[in-house]
Amino acid sequence: MQTIINAFPYLMEGLQVTLYIFGIAIVIGFLIGLIVALLRLAPLKILNWIAKIFVDAIRGTPFIVQLFFIYFGLNSLGFFSLDNTTAGIVTVAINAGAYFSEIIRAGIQSIDKGQTEAARSLGLNPTQTMRHIILPQAFRRMLPTITNQAIISLKDTSLLSVIGVADLTQEGRIQASATFDAFNVYLILGIIYFVVIYLLSMLASFVERKFVLR
Amino acid sequence: MSMIIVENLKKSFGDLEVIKDMSTVVEEKEVICVIGPSGSGKSTFLRCLNRLEEISGGHVYIEGTDITDPKVDINKVRQNVGMVFQQFNLFPHKTVLQNVTLAPTKLKKGDQKAVEKKAYELLDKVGLREKAKAYPGELSGGQKQRVAIARALAMDPKIMLFDEPTSALDPEMVGDVLDVMKQLAREGMTMVVVTHEMGFAAEMGDRVLFIDGGYIVEENVPKELFGNPQHERTKAFLSKVL
Repeated sequence: MQTIINAFPYLMEGLQVTLYIFGIAIVIGFLIGLIVALLRLAPLKILNWIAKIFVDAIRGTPFIVQLFFIYFGLNSLGFFSLDNTTAGIVTVAINAGAYFSEIIRAGIQSIDKGQTEAARSLGLNPTQTMRHIILPQAFRRMLPTITNQAIISLKDTSLLSVIGVADLTQEGRIQASATFDAFNVYLILGIIYFVVIYLLSMLASFVERKFVLR
Repeated sequence: MSMIIVENLKKSFGDLEVIKDMSTVVEEKEVICVIGPSGSGKSTFLRCLNRLEEISGGHVYIEGTDITDPKVDINKVRQNVGMVFQQFNLFPHKTVLQNVTLAPTKLKKGDQKAVEKKAYELLDKVGLREKAKAYPGELSGGQKQRVAIARALAMDPKIMLFDEPTSALDPEMVGDVLDVMKQLAREGMTMVVVTHEMGFAAEMGDRVLFIDGGYIVEENVPKELFGNPQHERTKAFLSKVL
Protein backbone atom coordinates (compact mmCIF):
# COMPACT_ATOMS: atom_id res chain seq x y z
CA MET A 1 0.00 0.00 0.00
CA GLN A 2 2.73 2.41 0.99
CA THR A 3 4.52 1.87 -2.37
CA ILE A 4 1.40 2.85 -4.22
CA ILE A 5 0.89 5.99 -2.17
CA ASN A 6 4.50 6.95 -2.80
CA ALA A 7 4.38 6.14 -6.51
CA PHE A 8 1.01 7.72 -7.24
CA PRO A 9 2.11 11.38 -7.58
CA TYR A 10 4.79 10.33 -10.10
CA LEU A 11 2.25 8.33 -12.06
CA MET A 12 -0.07 11.37 -12.16
CA GLU A 13 2.76 13.46 -13.57
CA GLY A 14 3.26 10.81 -16.20
CA LEU A 15 -0.46 10.81 -16.95
CA GLN A 16 -0.34 14.55 -17.58
CA VAL A 17 2.43 14.02 -20.13
CA THR A 18 0.49 11.19 -21.75
CA LEU A 19 -2.68 13.28 -22.03
CA TYR A 20 -0.74 16.29 -23.31
CA ILE A 21 0.90 14.24 -26.05
CA PHE A 22 -2.34 12.45 -26.89
CA GLY A 23 -4.35 15.68 -27.01
CA ILE A 24 -2.03 17.43 -29.43
CA ALA A 25 -1.31 14.36 -31.54
CA ILE A 26 -4.95 13.37 -31.95
CA VAL A 27 -5.99 16.84 -33.18
CA ILE A 28 -3.09 17.02 -35.64
CA GLY A 29 -3.71 13.39 -36.59
CA PHE A 30 -7.34 14.15 -37.35
CA LEU A 31 -6.40 17.08 -39.57
CA ILE A 32 -3.85 14.90 -41.37
CA GLY A 33 -6.55 12.25 -41.77
CA LEU A 34 -9.04 14.74 -43.21
CA ILE A 35 -6.52 16.17 -45.68
CA VAL A 36 -5.29 12.73 -46.78
CA ALA A 37 -8.88 11.49 -47.18
CA LEU A 38 -9.73 14.47 -49.39
CA LEU A 39 -6.54 13.92 -51.43
CA ARG A 40 -7.52 10.30 -51.79
CA LEU A 41 -10.91 11.32 -53.20
CA ALA A 42 -9.64 14.28 -55.24
CA PRO A 43 -10.26 14.21 -58.98
CA LEU A 44 -6.49 14.29 -59.66
CA LYS A 45 -4.83 10.85 -60.00
CA ILE A 46 -1.42 12.00 -58.75
CA LEU A 47 -2.96 13.25 -55.48
CA ASN A 48 -4.76 9.91 -55.01
CA TRP A 49 -1.45 8.13 -55.43
CA ILE A 50 0.42 10.31 -52.97
CA ALA A 51 -2.30 9.73 -50.38
CA LYS A 52 -2.39 6.01 -51.02
CA ILE A 53 1.40 5.61 -50.74
CA PHE A 54 1.35 7.49 -47.43
CA VAL A 55 -1.42 5.33 -45.99
CA ASP A 56 0.16 2.10 -47.21
CA ALA A 57 3.55 3.06 -45.81
CA ILE A 58 2.15 3.78 -42.36
CA ARG A 59 -0.17 0.78 -42.28
CA GLY A 60 2.54 -1.53 -43.52
CA THR A 61 5.12 -0.70 -40.84
CA PRO A 62 5.11 -1.12 -37.04
CA PHE A 63 4.53 1.94 -34.89
CA ILE A 64 7.81 1.45 -33.06
CA VAL A 65 9.76 1.43 -36.34
CA GLN A 66 8.06 4.68 -37.34
CA LEU A 67 9.00 6.14 -33.98
CA PHE A 68 12.67 5.08 -34.31
CA PHE A 69 12.78 6.34 -37.89
CA ILE A 70 11.53 9.78 -36.89
CA TYR A 71 13.47 10.12 -33.62
CA PHE A 72 16.78 8.40 -34.46
CA GLY A 73 16.63 8.27 -38.25
CA LEU A 74 15.63 11.83 -39.11
CA ASN A 75 17.69 13.31 -36.29
CA SER A 76 20.78 11.48 -37.55
CA LEU A 77 20.59 13.42 -40.83
CA GLY A 78 21.50 16.53 -38.85
CA PHE A 79 19.11 18.98 -40.52
CA PHE A 80 17.18 19.50 -37.32
CA SER A 81 16.93 17.96 -33.90
CA LEU A 82 13.59 16.82 -32.56
CA ASP A 83 13.40 16.24 -28.82
CA ASN A 84 11.82 12.95 -27.82
CA THR A 85 8.43 14.43 -26.87
CA THR A 86 8.10 16.23 -30.22
CA ALA A 87 9.20 13.14 -32.12
CA GLY A 88 6.59 11.18 -30.16
CA ILE A 89 3.81 13.64 -30.94
CA VAL A 90 4.77 13.66 -34.62
CA THR A 91 4.80 9.86 -34.80
CA VAL A 92 1.46 9.41 -33.05
CA ALA A 93 -0.11 12.15 -35.21
CA ILE A 94 1.16 10.70 -38.49
CA ASN A 95 0.24 7.16 -37.49
CA ALA A 96 -3.27 8.14 -36.36
CA GLY A 97 -3.63 10.36 -39.44
CA ALA A 98 -3.15 7.43 -41.79
CA TYR A 99 -5.80 5.36 -40.04
CA PHE A 100 -8.15 8.34 -39.65
CA SER A 101 -7.88 9.04 -43.37
CA GLU A 102 -9.20 5.59 -44.20
CA ILE A 103 -12.07 6.01 -41.73
CA ILE A 104 -12.95 9.43 -43.11
CA ARG A 105 -12.69 8.25 -46.71
CA ALA A 106 -15.06 5.35 -46.03
CA GLY A 107 -17.42 7.71 -44.19
CA ILE A 108 -17.53 10.16 -47.08
CA GLN A 109 -18.07 7.37 -49.60
CA SER A 110 -20.90 5.92 -47.54
CA ILE A 111 -23.04 9.03 -48.09
CA ASP A 112 -25.56 8.56 -50.89
CA LYS A 113 -24.59 10.13 -54.22
CA GLY A 114 -28.01 11.78 -54.34
CA GLN A 115 -26.89 14.12 -51.53
CA THR A 116 -24.08 15.48 -53.67
CA GLU A 117 -26.37 15.75 -56.68
CA ALA A 118 -29.02 17.64 -54.74
CA ALA A 119 -26.46 20.06 -53.34
CA ARG A 120 -24.74 20.62 -56.68
CA SER A 121 -28.08 21.09 -58.47
CA LEU A 122 -28.82 23.97 -56.09
CA GLY A 123 -25.62 25.66 -57.23
CA LEU A 124 -23.31 24.78 -54.32
CA ASN A 125 -19.73 24.22 -55.44
CA PRO A 126 -17.81 21.03 -54.53
CA THR A 127 -16.22 22.60 -51.43
CA GLN A 128 -19.53 23.91 -50.08
CA THR A 129 -21.15 20.55 -50.78
CA MET A 130 -18.42 18.70 -48.90
CA ARG A 131 -18.47 21.10 -45.97
CA HIS A 132 -22.21 21.60 -45.43
CA ILE A 133 -23.75 18.39 -46.74
CA ILE A 134 -21.33 15.46 -46.92
CA LEU A 135 -18.91 15.89 -43.99
CA PRO A 136 -21.54 16.59 -41.28
CA GLN A 137 -23.38 13.41 -42.23
CA ALA A 138 -20.20 11.38 -42.67
CA PHE A 139 -18.82 12.40 -39.25
CA ARG A 140 -21.89 11.13 -37.47
CA ARG A 141 -21.42 7.76 -39.08
CA MET A 142 -17.69 7.72 -38.41
CA LEU A 143 -17.80 8.62 -34.74
CA PRO A 144 -17.66 5.07 -33.30
CA THR A 145 -14.73 4.11 -35.55
CA ILE A 146 -12.95 7.38 -34.82
CA THR A 147 -13.29 6.74 -31.09
CA ASN A 148 -11.81 3.31 -31.60
CA GLN A 149 -8.78 4.71 -33.40
CA ALA A 150 -8.34 7.42 -30.77
CA ILE A 151 -8.21 4.74 -28.07
CA ILE A 152 -5.61 2.79 -30.04
CA SER A 153 -3.54 5.96 -30.44
CA LEU A 154 -3.77 6.69 -26.72
CA LYS A 155 -2.40 3.24 -26.00
CA ASP A 156 0.31 3.72 -28.64
CA THR A 157 1.64 6.68 -26.65
CA SER A 158 2.87 4.17 -24.07
CA LEU A 159 5.51 3.10 -26.61
CA LEU A 160 7.07 6.56 -26.39
CA SER A 161 8.57 5.45 -23.09
CA VAL A 162 11.06 3.50 -25.21
CA ILE A 163 12.70 6.75 -26.37
CA GLY A 164 12.63 8.12 -22.84
CA VAL A 165 9.50 10.30 -22.92
CA ALA A 166 8.39 10.70 -19.30
CA ASP A 167 4.87 9.51 -19.98
CA LEU A 168 2.64 7.39 -17.78
CA THR A 169 4.31 4.13 -18.77
CA GLN A 170 7.81 5.53 -18.32
CA GLU A 171 6.92 6.80 -14.83
CA GLY A 172 5.50 3.36 -14.09
CA ARG A 173 8.73 1.68 -15.16
CA ILE A 174 10.76 4.02 -12.97
CA GLN A 175 8.49 3.48 -9.99
CA ALA A 176 8.45 -0.28 -10.48
CA SER A 177 12.22 -0.48 -10.26
CA ALA A 178 12.49 2.13 -7.51
CA THR A 179 10.01 0.40 -5.22
CA PHE A 180 10.74 -3.23 -6.16
CA ASP A 181 6.96 -3.68 -6.24
CA ALA A 182 6.41 -4.32 -9.96
CA PHE A 183 3.16 -6.18 -9.41
CA ASN A 184 1.30 -3.37 -7.69
CA VAL A 185 2.80 -0.53 -9.74
CA TYR A 186 1.94 -2.13 -13.07
CA LEU A 187 -1.50 -3.09 -11.76
CA ILE A 188 -2.16 0.54 -10.86
CA LEU A 189 -0.68 1.62 -14.20
CA GLY A 190 -3.16 -0.62 -16.00
CA ILE A 191 -6.06 0.68 -13.94
CA ILE A 192 -5.14 4.29 -14.71
CA TYR A 193 -5.06 3.57 -18.47
CA PHE A 194 -8.33 1.71 -18.18
CA VAL A 195 -10.09 4.56 -16.36
CA VAL A 196 -8.84 7.17 -18.83
CA ILE A 197 -9.95 5.10 -21.81
CA TYR A 198 -13.26 4.33 -20.17
CA LEU A 199 -13.91 8.04 -19.63
CA LEU A 200 -12.91 8.70 -23.23
CA SER A 201 -15.39 6.19 -24.60
CA MET A 202 -18.11 7.54 -22.32
CA LEU A 203 -17.47 11.01 -23.72
CA ALA A 204 -17.65 9.57 -27.23
CA SER A 205 -20.97 7.84 -26.68
CA PHE A 206 -22.36 11.03 -25.14
CA VAL A 207 -21.37 12.96 -28.28
CA GLU A 208 -22.81 10.17 -30.42
CA ARG A 209 -26.17 10.36 -28.69
CA LYS A 210 -26.16 14.12 -29.02
CA PHE A 211 -25.60 13.95 -32.77
CA VAL A 212 -27.67 10.90 -33.54
CA LEU A 213 -28.33 10.60 -37.27
CA ARG A 214 -31.93 11.43 -37.98
CA MET B 1 -34.90 34.00 -76.10
CA SER B 2 -35.49 30.29 -75.70
CA MET B 3 -34.96 29.01 -72.17
CA ILE B 4 -33.35 25.74 -73.23
CA ILE B 5 -31.85 24.77 -76.56
CA VAL B 6 -30.56 21.23 -76.97
CA GLU B 7 -28.44 20.71 -80.09
CA ASN B 8 -27.36 17.22 -81.19
CA LEU B 9 -26.88 16.11 -77.58
CA LYS B 10 -24.85 12.93 -77.09
CA LYS B 11 -24.07 11.08 -73.88
CA SER B 12 -22.11 7.87 -73.41
CA PHE B 13 -21.21 5.93 -70.28
CA GLY B 14 -18.03 4.18 -71.41
CA ASP B 15 -19.01 2.17 -74.48
CA LEU B 16 -22.70 2.50 -73.76
CA GLU B 17 -24.29 5.25 -75.86
CA VAL B 18 -27.34 6.35 -73.88
CA ILE B 19 -28.19 9.50 -75.80
CA LYS B 20 -27.37 9.19 -79.49
CA ASP B 21 -28.67 12.44 -80.92
CA MET B 22 -31.28 14.68 -79.38
CA SER B 23 -32.30 18.21 -80.27
CA THR B 24 -35.17 20.29 -78.97
CA VAL B 25 -36.08 23.77 -77.82
CA VAL B 26 -37.97 24.79 -74.68
CA GLU B 27 -39.54 28.25 -74.63
CA GLU B 28 -40.24 30.37 -71.57
CA LYS B 29 -43.24 29.18 -69.50
CA GLU B 30 -43.50 25.94 -71.43
CA VAL B 31 -44.18 22.69 -69.62
CA ILE B 32 -42.46 19.82 -71.40
CA CYS B 33 -43.22 16.28 -70.34
CA VAL B 34 -40.75 13.55 -71.23
CA ILE B 35 -42.07 10.00 -71.50
CA GLY B 36 -40.58 6.74 -72.68
CA PRO B 37 -39.67 3.23 -71.59
CA SER B 38 -37.17 2.73 -68.78
CA GLY B 39 -33.58 2.75 -70.01
CA SER B 40 -34.51 4.94 -72.97
CA GLY B 41 -32.31 7.81 -71.77
CA LYS B 42 -34.99 10.20 -70.54
CA SER B 43 -33.50 10.71 -67.07
CA THR B 44 -30.03 11.08 -68.57
CA PHE B 45 -31.45 13.67 -70.99
CA LEU B 46 -32.82 15.65 -68.04
CA ARG B 47 -29.56 15.35 -66.07
CA CYS B 48 -27.64 16.75 -69.04
CA LEU B 49 -29.74 19.93 -68.87
CA ASN B 50 -27.94 21.04 -65.67
CA ARG B 51 -24.78 19.05 -66.42
CA LEU B 52 -25.22 16.63 -63.55
CA GLU B 53 -24.00 14.29 -66.27
CA GLU B 54 -20.95 15.38 -68.23
CA ILE B 55 -22.11 15.90 -71.81
CA SER B 56 -20.28 13.80 -74.41
CA GLY B 57 -21.25 15.77 -77.51
CA GLY B 58 -23.46 18.52 -78.88
CA HIS B 59 -24.56 21.66 -77.07
CA VAL B 60 -27.03 22.63 -74.36
CA TYR B 61 -27.89 26.32 -74.02
CA ILE B 62 -29.58 27.50 -70.83
CA GLU B 63 -30.90 31.05 -71.31
CA GLY B 64 -28.34 31.47 -74.06
CA THR B 65 -25.35 30.13 -72.06
CA ASP B 66 -23.67 27.10 -73.61
CA ILE B 67 -23.17 24.87 -70.55
CA THR B 68 -20.98 22.46 -72.53
CA ASP B 69 -18.36 25.23 -72.61
CA PRO B 70 -15.83 24.25 -69.91
CA LYS B 71 -15.26 27.92 -69.10
CA VAL B 72 -18.87 28.39 -68.00
CA ASP B 73 -19.44 28.73 -64.24
CA ILE B 74 -21.85 25.82 -63.98
CA ASN B 75 -22.66 26.62 -60.32
CA LYS B 76 -24.02 29.98 -61.43
CA VAL B 77 -26.16 28.36 -64.14
CA ARG B 78 -27.50 25.74 -61.71
CA GLN B 79 -28.71 28.46 -59.35
CA ASN B 80 -31.29 29.27 -62.02
CA VAL B 81 -32.22 25.65 -62.74
CA GLY B 82 -34.02 23.85 -59.92
CA MET B 83 -34.09 20.08 -59.84
CA VAL B 84 -36.38 17.61 -58.10
CA PHE B 85 -35.29 13.97 -57.80
CA GLN B 86 -37.14 10.68 -57.70
CA GLN B 87 -35.51 9.85 -54.34
CA PHE B 88 -36.09 13.38 -52.92
CA ASN B 89 -32.48 13.65 -51.68
CA LEU B 90 -33.40 15.92 -48.77
CA PHE B 91 -30.53 16.64 -46.38
CA PRO B 92 -31.31 14.34 -43.43
CA HIS B 93 -29.18 16.27 -40.91
CA LYS B 94 -31.05 19.52 -41.53
CA THR B 95 -34.58 20.53 -40.58
CA VAL B 96 -37.17 21.14 -43.28
CA LEU B 97 -36.61 24.88 -42.90
CA GLN B 98 -32.82 24.49 -43.10
CA ASN B 99 -33.17 22.32 -46.20
CA VAL B 100 -35.01 25.20 -47.86
CA THR B 101 -32.77 28.02 -46.58
CA LEU B 102 -29.37 26.31 -46.99
CA ALA B 103 -28.62 27.17 -50.59
CA PRO B 104 -29.89 30.78 -50.54
CA THR B 105 -28.01 31.35 -47.27
CA LYS B 106 -24.69 29.93 -48.48
CA LEU B 107 -25.01 31.52 -51.90
CA LYS B 108 -25.89 34.88 -50.35
CA LYS B 109 -29.30 35.54 -51.75
CA GLY B 110 -30.32 38.38 -49.44
CA ASP B 111 -30.13 38.55 -45.64
CA GLN B 112 -31.11 35.70 -43.34
CA LYS B 113 -34.43 37.25 -42.32
CA ALA B 114 -35.58 37.62 -45.91
CA VAL B 115 -34.38 34.12 -46.78
CA GLU B 116 -36.38 32.64 -43.90
CA LYS B 117 -39.48 34.64 -44.71
CA LYS B 118 -39.28 33.39 -48.28
CA ALA B 119 -38.75 29.82 -47.06
CA TYR B 120 -41.92 29.98 -44.94
CA GLU B 121 -43.84 31.32 -47.93
CA LEU B 122 -42.62 28.40 -50.01
CA LEU B 123 -43.52 25.92 -47.28
CA ASP B 124 -46.97 27.50 -47.20
CA LYS B 125 -47.20 27.01 -50.92
CA VAL B 126 -46.48 23.28 -50.63
CA GLY B 127 -48.70 23.03 -47.54
CA LEU B 128 -45.97 22.19 -45.02
CA ARG B 129 -45.40 25.28 -42.91
CA GLU B 130 -46.18 23.34 -39.75
CA LYS B 131 -43.35 20.90 -40.55
CA ALA B 132 -40.67 23.62 -40.70
CA LYS B 133 -38.87 22.37 -37.59
CA ALA B 134 -39.24 18.66 -38.41
CA TYR B 135 -36.44 16.54 -39.84
CA PRO B 136 -36.87 14.77 -43.19
CA GLY B 137 -36.89 11.40 -41.41
CA GLU B 138 -40.17 12.37 -39.76
CA LEU B 139 -41.97 13.08 -43.05
CA SER B 140 -43.89 10.86 -45.46
CA GLY B 141 -42.65 10.43 -49.01
CA GLY B 142 -45.14 12.91 -50.41
CA GLN B 143 -44.21 15.49 -47.80
CA LYS B 144 -40.50 14.96 -48.52
CA GLN B 145 -41.04 15.55 -52.21
CA ARG B 146 -43.00 18.73 -51.55
CA VAL B 147 -40.15 19.98 -49.32
CA ALA B 148 -37.73 19.10 -52.13
CA ILE B 149 -39.78 21.27 -54.50
CA ALA B 150 -39.76 24.13 -51.98
CA ARG B 151 -35.99 23.71 -51.58
CA ALA B 152 -35.46 23.99 -55.33
CA LEU B 153 -37.76 27.02 -55.57
CA ALA B 154 -35.86 28.83 -52.81
CA MET B 155 -33.16 29.78 -55.32
CA ASP B 156 -35.78 31.51 -57.53
CA PRO B 157 -35.01 29.32 -60.52
CA LYS B 158 -36.18 30.23 -64.01
CA ILE B 159 -36.40 26.55 -64.96
CA MET B 160 -37.47 23.50 -62.94
CA LEU B 161 -36.40 19.97 -63.85
CA PHE B 162 -38.37 17.05 -62.43
CA ASP B 163 -36.90 13.54 -62.59
CA GLU B 164 -39.78 11.11 -62.10
CA PRO B 165 -40.94 13.07 -59.03
CA THR B 166 -43.80 10.73 -58.15
CA SER B 167 -42.29 7.35 -59.01
CA ALA B 168 -41.09 6.59 -55.48
CA LEU B 169 -44.35 7.62 -53.81
CA ASP B 170 -47.25 5.63 -52.45
CA PRO B 171 -50.26 6.10 -54.76
CA GLU B 172 -52.20 8.21 -52.27
CA MET B 173 -49.27 10.67 -52.04
CA VAL B 174 -48.96 11.26 -55.77
CA GLY B 175 -51.90 13.68 -55.98
CA ASP B 176 -50.46 16.19 -53.47
CA VAL B 177 -47.17 16.40 -55.34
CA LEU B 178 -48.84 16.70 -58.74
CA ASP B 179 -51.08 19.47 -57.38
CA VAL B 180 -48.03 21.49 -56.36
CA MET B 181 -46.51 20.95 -59.81
CA LYS B 182 -49.72 21.98 -61.53
CA GLN B 183 -49.84 25.16 -59.50
CA LEU B 184 -46.25 25.92 -60.50
CA ALA B 185 -47.07 25.33 -64.16
CA ARG B 186 -50.06 27.66 -63.96
CA GLU B 187 -47.86 30.35 -62.42
CA GLY B 188 -45.73 30.23 -65.57
CA MET B 189 -42.69 28.22 -64.46
CA THR B 190 -40.70 26.71 -67.30
CA MET B 191 -40.69 23.00 -66.53
CA VAL B 192 -39.21 19.83 -67.94
CA VAL B 193 -40.83 16.80 -66.33
CA VAL B 194 -39.72 13.21 -66.81
CA THR B 195 -42.76 11.25 -65.76
CA HIS B 196 -44.81 8.09 -65.94
CA GLU B 197 -47.94 10.04 -65.05
CA MET B 198 -49.62 10.14 -68.47
CA GLY B 199 -52.59 11.99 -66.96
CA PHE B 200 -50.33 14.81 -65.82
CA ALA B 201 -48.55 14.92 -69.19
CA ALA B 202 -51.87 15.09 -71.04
CA GLU B 203 -53.34 17.75 -68.77
CA MET B 204 -50.37 20.02 -68.08
CA GLY B 205 -47.89 19.41 -70.88
CA ASP B 206 -47.58 22.06 -73.58
CA ARG B 207 -45.60 19.45 -75.45
CA VAL B 208 -44.70 15.84 -74.83
CA LEU B 209 -41.42 14.26 -75.90
CA PHE B 210 -41.39 10.53 -76.46
CA ILE B 211 -37.84 9.22 -76.00
CA ASP B 212 -36.68 5.76 -76.98
CA GLY B 213 -33.33 4.20 -77.81
CA GLY B 214 -31.37 7.42 -77.29
CA TYR B 215 -33.49 9.55 -79.65
CA ILE B 216 -36.44 11.88 -79.34
CA VAL B 217 -38.72 9.70 -81.44
CA GLU B 218 -41.71 11.99 -81.43
CA GLU B 219 -42.51 15.44 -80.09
CA ASN B 220 -45.97 16.98 -80.16
CA VAL B 221 -48.78 18.60 -78.22
CA PRO B 222 -50.26 16.00 -75.84
CA LYS B 223 -53.54 15.75 -77.69
CA GLU B 224 -51.78 14.74 -80.90
CA LEU B 225 -49.08 12.59 -79.32
CA PHE B 226 -51.50 10.61 -77.20
CA GLY B 227 -54.44 10.68 -79.64
CA ASN B 228 -52.69 10.29 -82.94
CA PRO B 229 -49.11 8.98 -82.49
CA GLN B 230 -47.12 8.91 -85.73
CA HIS B 231 -44.40 6.37 -84.98
CA GLU B 232 -44.73 2.65 -84.43
CA ARG B 233 -42.60 2.80 -81.29
CA THR B 234 -44.76 5.56 -79.81
CA LYS B 235 -47.88 3.54 -80.56
CA ALA B 236 -46.39 0.40 -79.02
CA PHE B 237 -45.33 2.28 -75.88
CA LEU B 238 -48.66 4.06 -75.45
CA SER B 239 -50.62 0.87 -75.94
CA LYS B 240 -48.76 -0.59 -72.97
CA VAL B 241 -49.10 2.35 -70.57
CA LEU B 242 -52.50 3.85 -71.35
